[in-house]
Amino acid sequence: MQIPVDTSTLPNGLRVILSEDHATPVVAVNLWYHVGSANERAGRTGFAHLFEHMLFQGSEHVGANEHFELVQRAGGTLNGSTWLDRTNYYETMPSHQLELALWLEADRMARLLPAMTQEKLDTQRDVVKNERRWSVDNQPYGTWWEKLPALCFPPEHPFHHSLIGSMEDLTAASLEDVAEFFRTYYTPDNAVLTIAGDFEPAAARAMVERHFAPIPRGAGRPALPSMAVPPQFGAPRREVVPDAVVATRILLAFRVPAAGTPEWYTASLLAAVLGNGEGSRLPRALVREQAIASEATAYTFDLHKGSDLLVIDVVARPGVAPDAIEAVVVAEVDRLIRDGVSTEERGRALALLETGWIAGLQSAGARADRLSQFATYRGDAALVNAEPERHAAVTVEALGAFVREWLVETNRATLLYVPQPTPAAEAA
Amino acid sequence: MTALPRPTAGAPRPYDFPAVHRDVLSNGIRLLVVPMPRLPLVTVLALVDAGAATEPVAQAGVAELTARTLMEGTGLLDGAAVVEAFERLGTAVSTWADWDDSGASFTVTRSRLDAALAQFADGLRAPRFPAADVARRRDERLADLQQQLAEPRGLADERFDGFLYAPTSRYARPLGGTAATVSALDDAAVRAFHATRYGPAVTSLLFVGDITPEDARAMAEQRFGSWRTTATAAPTPEATVARAPRHAVLVAKPDAPQSELRVGHHGVPRAHPDYLAIVVMNAVLGGLFSSRINLNLRERHAFTYGASSGFEWRRSAGSFVVRTAVKTEVTARALEEILREIDGMRAAPPTPAEVSLATDYLAGVFPIRFESTSAVAGALANATSFGLPDDWFSTYRDRIRAITPAQVHAAAQAHLHPDRLLVLAVGDAPAIADSVAAQGVGPVTTVAAEYDPTEAR
Repeated sequence: MQIPVDTSTLPNGLRVILSEDHATPVVAVNLWYHVGSANERAGRTGFAHLFEHMLFQGSEHVGANEHFELVQRAGGTLNGSTWLDRTNYYETMPSHQLELALWLEADRMARLLPAMTQEKLDTQRDVVKNERRWSVDNQPYGTWWEKLPALCFPPEHPFHHSLIGSMEDLTAASLEDVAEFFRTYYTPDNAVLTIAGDFEPAAARAMVERHFAPIPRGAGRPALPSMAVPPQFGAPRREVVPDAVVATRILLAFRVPAAGTPEWYTASLLAAVLGNGEGSRLPRALVREQAIASEATAYTFDLHKGSDLLVIDVVARPGVAPDAIEAVVVAEVDRLIRDGVSTEERGRALALLETGWIAGLQSAGARADRLSQFATYRGDAALVNAEPERHAAVTVEALGAFVREWLVETNRATLLYVPQPTPAAEAA
Repeated sequence: MTALPRPTAGAPRPYDFPAVHRDVLSNGIRLLVVPMPRLPLVTVLALVDAGAATEPVAQAGVAELTARTLMEGTGLLDGAAVVEAFERLGTAVSTWADWDDSGASFTVTRSRLDAALAQFADGLRAPRFPAADVARRRDERLADLQQQLAEPRGLADERFDGFLYAPTSRYARPLGGTAATVSALDDAAVRAFHATRYGPAVTSLLFVGDITPEDARAMAEQRFGSWRTTATAAPTPEATVARAPRHAVLVAKPDAPQSELRVGHHGVPRAHPDYLAIVVMNAVLGGLFSSRINLNLRERHAFTYGASSGFEWRRSAGSFVVRTAVKTEVTARALEEILREIDGMRAAPPTPAEVSLATDYLAGVFPIRFESTSAVAGALANATSFGLPDDWFSTYRDRIRAITPAQVHAAAQAHLHPDRLLVLAVGDAPAIADSVAAQGVGPVTTVAAEYDPTEAR
């Protein structure tokens, strides 16, 4: 399966990807800004994400809350998300409403600041603090996705600090921060715009030209601090977190080569061998055969800068002692290093990845996001079409060599959540 | 850099819900085929009229445990071998029980469809239900229930139903059953449920994707045509409510930074003639981002990351519930605003702009909901389960657009019942009890997380 890819660049530096498909009268607009929590300065953790919220608060010609309303009234869906090193904004529209989505995106890229007020910032700050309480503070294991990067990257590294941010830093964010962040990072030369689905290329190109070409290029961005780290941890790392949980959860992370490198495809396929599907190694051994865990998965973080992480993630059955679950997870890794990966395991993992790849690209929105991702991280959206072959090129020998080199004890970081007794609940 | 005026929409391109080809196999299985040949993928879904609502209360969870263990061994293969067989074909079968049906589904590339379908049919028709695997799946459910005690969102949903419905009602217990009912299940119970409830007379088979009706018919006939059982559907029981007047329950989660709030009551069956007016009414009230409840609680007061309302649609009457999570200190204030919005929805008709936002959205977003084979299969399964007319999808957009503010107002007055709201909060009970009680929500009871109203003696 090949996705059509047409790439061009406006004089102001905005990269534009068009991917036509007329199966259904739906069109997706997707913008990736190459900025995320990694770009935050000290004392402003969480700001990139708070800023994403501000982009839904209107712009010069769009009122507060009007962005959502205009898209929904047009019959479209929309959202945005913030990651360590990128932020995306997207709409899926009935195809005759394409220009509305482009106009909305252009108005906030060109003219966000006239709409920014202290009141809006204060409101969104409180909304984000509630998002933090909801997704992190009041959820079992909710802190894992800030504790794991903190354990795996040194303090000065841009991926070390919390993406959702601390309450103190969220409190400190100001309107001046909003203006500075906007002028620095929300510029056409720091963005990729993808249109996928049902559109007429000449008309779409003209719309993009009309709405985005007048936006001036940015004045340049400060370089990210170095992402370079030693290729491996060098010594085991470990953090034990007592938490209000019922069962132990262990996250065992390995530092691996950055996403997009040839070795990374081996790591990615290995993750599928270990923990994609009930028949993969860890669920089969820990959930089915030993019945010691209720969930076992493995995945890569897909970090494209410096290095990536391969993570084994296991939730024990309630009542299973932390050292017992840790011992069986480590035993599985050691067995893997000893015996390698079989031809059958590789074939199973590749077959699942193949179906998942095709099924995952059925919607215009998903295709647009993939294309923006490849343009942003790999510099060429068309590389998306090579993805299945790059996984298929990984041999069992490469998998075996990879586990022996990268899954060694000195390249492991262990984050262990253990149940702590909760204060006695009061009952009336 | 001057701004261009807001663009006007072009001419809408026509959209038709994909054509559905209906047929019946020689043994009575209903066959629905939707060709979507764009990508080399096919989703297969088997829908069995054997929902959790119809299982004995004392065996709550048997439908779900049966579904979860269907693929735990067939013929000469044990469960691990079945899983591996599917995964080698690049697919995995998901199985589930819902209130009104049980089901199983997989999505596979076209060239591997026949092999996967053969394996799939074996699981549905002749599962082995090994005692050890049934016990393991049962223990996984018991582990989930224990884990849920520490997870406020799921706990709030589960306890809301527990306190809403009469303790004797199946609907007071979660779909997957309670610790008490699940503990009593074993392979014999699962085998009996399968034997009496799974069979051709109560099964619909859906093929969606890169396949013709002729090919689907031939494959289905080959793999399912010789299936014979005497299984029949069981009548759906009425839902009975625990107590009608307003009351509140606080589920204690000491020192919780947020309260998980649920506010609602018993709703109406899916077959109710007001269905579309209720859907639009709910969109205005709390169904959309731009709805009254979300704009009030999130964008005006910043009490929460999000707030929504919804009707749960079942053959019997499901619930109407407002859901949100708010900072502990503002729990009562947020509750006050929710009560105000429910009252306001009844007090006066919504503006034409509010109603057109909802209807334009619901009609416009329709094609976006059906881009994937699994989404189309899921929607058709839903329509099949509820016995909706064959033209349901092809006429949906016109019927949604025809809903008026007066109809929405009438639906609010008929189907929102402020006088019998149940308020449930999982949170820091001592910190919120007095201020919640001051909202006039009736008697307030505090219970521990472990307190299960269906097991109260």
